[in-house]
Amino acid sequence: MKKANKIITIAIFIFLYIPMLVLIVGSFNEGKSLARFDGFTFEQYAELFRDPDLLALLGNSLIISILASLIATVFGTFSCVGINSLKPRMRNTVMSLTNIPMTNPDIVTGISLSLLFVFVGTKMLGQRNSLTFWTLLIAHITFDLPYVILNVMPKLQQMDRSLVDAAMDLGCTPIESFFKVTIHEIMPGIVAGAIMAFTMSLDDFVISYFVTGMDFVTLPVEIYSYTKKPIPPKIYAMFTLLFLLILVLMITMNLLQLKSEKKKARG
Amino acid sequence: MKKNNSILLSTPYILWMVAFTLIPLGVVGYYALTDPDTGVFTWSNIRELGTYLPVFGQSIMYSLVSALICLILGYPVAYYIAHRGAVMQKILYMLVMLPMCMSFLLRTLAWVGLLQDTGIINNLLAAVGLPRLQLIRTPAAVVLGMVYNYLPYMILPLYSTIVKIDHRLIEAAEDLGCTPAETFRKVTLPLSMPGILSGLTMVFVPAVSTFYISQKLGGADTVLIGDVIERLYKQGNNANLGAALSLLLMILVFVCTGIMNRLGGDEEAVVV
Repeated sequence: MKKANKIITIAIFIFLYIPMLVLIVGSFNEGKSLARFDGFTFEQYAELFRDPDLLALLGNSLIISILASLIATVFGTFSCVGINSLKPRMRNTVMSLTNIPMTNPDIVTGISLSLLFVFVGTKMLGQRNSLTFWTLLIAHITFDLPYVILNVMPKLQQMDRSLVDAAMDLGCTPIESFFKVTIHEIMPGIVAGAIMAFTMSLDDFVISYFVTGMDFVTLPVEIYSYTKKPIPPKIYAMFTLLFLLILVLMITMNLLQLKSEKKKARG
Repeated sequence: MKKNNSILLSTPYILWMVAFTLIPLGVVGYYALTDPDTGVFTWSNIRELGTYLPVFGQSIMYSLVSALICLILGYPVAYYIAHRGAVMQKILYMLVMLPMCMSFLLRTLAWVGLLQDTGIINNLLAAVGLPRLQLIRTPAAVVLGMVYNYLPYMILPLYSTIVKIDHRLIEAAEDLGCTPAETFRKVTLPLSMPGILSGLTMVFVPAVSTFYISQKLGGADTVLIGDVIERLYKQGNNANLGAALSLLLMILVFVCTGIMNRLGGDEEAVVV
């Protein structure tokens, strides 16, 4: 039984990673097809860095995901402090509001935001082009926020409230006690929320696809447009580099968690 | 005084979420109930929904099958991870999460490379002298794409539930003479129920609304509701009908998650 479990687990991990391996191998392929390996080369990476358009798209994706996750992290963290001091009934209402973007299918979230922006922009403000960088940013902040809230909230609730009381007794203002005490206690939640928000934003396709306008396109939306023409292999090179980036981010997140757990165990 | 101040911090958040989650859903309702050309109130979009019920049925079938396969495949994995040492658990958890963070479009395209008529699998078959198979553009390929993409959404909640199961309960069952199979059926499985239900929901919701997987891996007969909505909204310029379908999809998902939550709640009550 235990052995069977181990074999299934290994098989599933192979299943999960084979397509990614196919893409990574494809990034070192001389030919264009994923299906046939024609020889080893770094040419796709050179191609990638010679393509200003593609790099600009990657830049767009990074700008949106960094901005949206930063804003969502700061906004979400302060909101958590507020939500935490609400009365239980009101707090539950706010938390179910937080759950709406999590349980709604992405396609519905995307269409609803897109319709809102078009409705307000075109019908109410008379703009010709109502889907811009700013609407995309608002959409990303909106679906990033729940990830921050759901990561920070439990840490805030686990926190020993007497720490804050002690800080205030020692003469801290509420704001000082937040920055000197609370923020350190909930830091692992903030970091985890920020990283999750960032990766969700970076990889988001469905919501961006509906909310994106003509003038600001992100990488996944561009990749989707490669439906008729074949994908240039430099995209696989970019995938490989992003894979490494995400891997580093995840390892960082885990090390931070381990560190804070050790600290807790010691303290 | 201090209490009031911190309550104020929640106000911008509430306003933001009302403005960008609740009001947009209202706008969807508005579009669903108006005529695309004149903007006058009409029931015609809602009446047209009947035509799409078979597509809805097909989407539900595909995503239910995928969710069940995910459960069957994911449970042993989650169980295995939950019974490793602390560091190994962290590493394996990360390895399950990592694919979720990588481009879902490109990973699906990699399956096209694997499954297509002149793809990797068929080339391997041909190399050893076997006949090539029709793998892509089949219902099985769509289910495979769903299982592949959403399996981590099943494993992670299952793992979180299984890892919390009190080991003493299992020992107690064994001491009282249960065979391993009985222990599993009578103790471990009922206690994993919350994870099973949330895993099923987390696979079902994105699967029932997907449009990329069916476009890339499916054929003409595997059109799903997501495809229809995407086409109406982005290409067909009938945002109003698209809005009506989104509304129906949303209600469907809320009903399903509601049922799951209800089942989960009852289950917990039984266990406690």
